[in-house]
Amino acid sequence: MNILLAKKKGKDLLFYLLVVVLAIIFISPFMVMVLTAFKTNSDAFTIPVKLLPREWVLDNFPAAFAAIPYFKYMGNTIFITAMSVVGQLLVTPLVAYSLSKIHWKGADIISGLVMATMMIPITVTMVPLYKIYSKLGLTNTYVPLILPTFFGKAFYIVIVRQFFSGVPDSLIEAARIDGANHFICYGKIAMPLCKPVLTTIGIYAFLDAWSDYLYPLIFITRPEKYTLSLGLQQYMSEYSVDWARLMAAALVFVLPVVICFAIFQKNFVEGIATSGLKA
Amino acid sequence: MKVKKTKQERKDFLYGLLFASPWILGFLAFSVYPLLSSLYYSFTEFNAVTAPKWVGLENFIDVFRDPLVWKSLRNTLFMAFVSTPINLMVALLLACIVVRNFKGRGFVRTAFFLPSVIPMVAATMVWIWMFDPTYGYINNVLALFGISGPSWLLDARFTKWALVLMGTWNTGTTMLVCMAALQSVPQSYYESAEIDGAGVVKRFFYVTLPCVAHVIVYQAILSIINAFQYFQQVYIIVTANAGVKGGSAAGGPENSILMYPLYIFHNAFTYLKMGKASAMAWLLFLVVAVLTVVMTKVTKKVTEDAGGE
Repeated sequence: MNILLAKKKGKDLLFYLLVVVLAIIFISPFMVMVLTAFKTNSDAFTIPVKLLPREWVLDNFPAAFAAIPYFKYMGNTIFITAMSVVGQLLVTPLVAYSLSKIHWKGADIISGLVMATMMIPITVTMVPLYKIYSKLGLTNTYVPLILPTFFGKAFYIVIVRQFFSGVPDSLIEAARIDGANHFICYGKIAMPLCKPVLTTIGIYAFLDAWSDYLYPLIFITRPEKYTLSLGLQQYMSEYSVDWARLMAAALVFVLPVVICFAIFQKNFVEGIATSGLKA
Repeated sequence: MKVKKTKQERKDFLYGLLFASPWILGFLAFSVYPLLSSLYYSFTEFNAVTAPKWVGLENFIDVFRDPLVWKSLRNTLFMAFVSTPINLMVALLLACIVVRNFKGRGFVRTAFFLPSVIPMVAATMVWIWMFDPTYGYINNVLALFGISGPSWLLDARFTKWALVLMGTWNTGTTMLVCMAALQSVPQSYYESAEIDGAGVVKRFFYVTLPCVAHVIVYQAILSIINAFQYFQQVYIIVTANAGVKGGSAAGGPENSILMYPLYIFHNAFTYLKMGKASAMAWLLFLVVAVLTVVMTKVTKKVTEDAGGE
C-alpha cells in the first residue's frame, strides 16, 4: 500500500514538473520582452547574456517614446479601436438575432454564407479593395479599417448566434402574441439577455483592432497616419536595432491587451470553446 | 387562417432581411465584389495607376513558369504539413494537461494561452530577438546544455524550423477547443474502461481519441487552411531583415521563408504586378475552397461514425 502511494506521489511530482517546465517555456517570450525592456542596450548585448538585467533601468521608455511619434500612433490606434468596437457591437447582435430568432426563409442560407466568408483569404480581396479605396481617395484614411466593422464580422456573428440559440423561442413568441414587433423583442428581450456575450464580442473587437497589422499595412502608407502595430517597425529600420528600446515600446503596446485578457479571461475561453466546437 | 399565416411569414421575411441587411450589404461589398473583380483582374495586366488591360491567360502562364511561385508553394506546403501536425499535438498535450483538476490549473491555462493574445507584430519581434544567434535567449539557453545553436533566421536550413518553433507557442486557441471537446467526454466511459483494466495510455487511445476525433479532424483541416494563408509573421521577419518597409524583394535567406501569400503581396504591392497577384490569389482561393468543402464533409462523416451528435 505504501509503495502504491509513493508511486502515485512520484507520478504527481512528475506531472507537476512537466507542467511547471511547460508553463515557464510558454511565458518565456513575454518575460524576455519585459526583462529586455528594463535592461540597458549594452547590457542586452553583453556576453554572457543574463536573464535578469544587470542593472534595472527605466530609460528605455522615454527613449522609445521620443524615437518615433509614439503617442500620436497610440492615439490613432485608440481611435480606430474605439470605432471598431462600436461598429461590431451595433451590428453583430442584430444579424445574429435575425439568423437565430426570426424564422425566415433565407436565414439558413445566410448562416451558411457567414461561415463561408470566414474562409476567404484576404490575399484575394486585398487588391480590389485597395483599388477601390484608392480610387475613392480613401487610402491613408481610417475608413478602410473602420468601415467593415459596421457590417458585422462572421466570427462574432457565429458566437452571438450560438448564444441566441440557447434562448428559448417561447420568450419571443409570447411577446409577439402580445403584439410586440421584432424591434421591441430585440430591444426589450434579446439585448438585455445577451449582455455577457456582447462583453465577449467587445473584447474580441478590441483585441482585433488593436493588434491589426495587415489592413494598416495595405491601406496606410503615410507615417503620420500609422497605427502602433505599423509604427513598431520603425525601430527596426535602422542598421542595428536598439532591442532594449524596441522591447520597451512593444511592452507598452502589448500591456492593454494583457490586462484586458487578465480581467476577461473567462469570456475569452468560453467564446473560443463554444464557437470552435460547433462551427 | 391560412392567409394570416402567409402574411406572418412575409412579415418575418422582411424583418429577417432587414435585421440581416448590414451583413448582406457588407458581404456584397467586401466579399462578392472583390472576389469577382479579382477574378477579372487575373486576366488583365495592371498596376495601381493604369487601367486593367485584358491579356487572357498570360498571368496564369507566368505564374506556372515562375520558379519562385513553386518555391513559395513548397514553403507553404511545409508549413501546412509539418508545422500543422506538430501544433496539433502540442495543443492536444496542453489540453490534456489543463483539463485535469490540479492546483494552479487556472494559472497554467493562462500561461499556455497568453502567447496567443499577444499582438502578432510584438510577438514576432520578440521572437526575432530571441532567435538572435549571439545575443538571443534561445541559443544562450542551448549553450547551457553544450549545444551551439544555429543562426535561426539567417540560415536557410533553419528558417522554416524557426517558424515551426514559433508556431507551437501559438496553439492556445486550438488548445481551448480541444479542452472543450475533452470535457464533453462522459466520465462514465473512463470509469468503465478503468474497470476493464485499461491503463492511461490505452484509455487515451481507445476512449479519449475516438470521442474527440471529429474536433481534431476539423481543427487539422482548419489549421491547414490557415497555413495556406500564413503571411504576417514572415512579412515582419523579412522586413526586419531587410530594414525598411517593403524595401526589398525579400523572402528571407535564399527565399526559404517566401510563403505563397507573401509572394502574392510582393507581386501586388512591391512589384505592382496586380494582375499576376490576382491570378495567384485566385488559385489560392480555389485550394482553400476545396479544403473548406472537404472539411465540412469529413467532419460530418466523422461525427456520424462516432455515433452522431
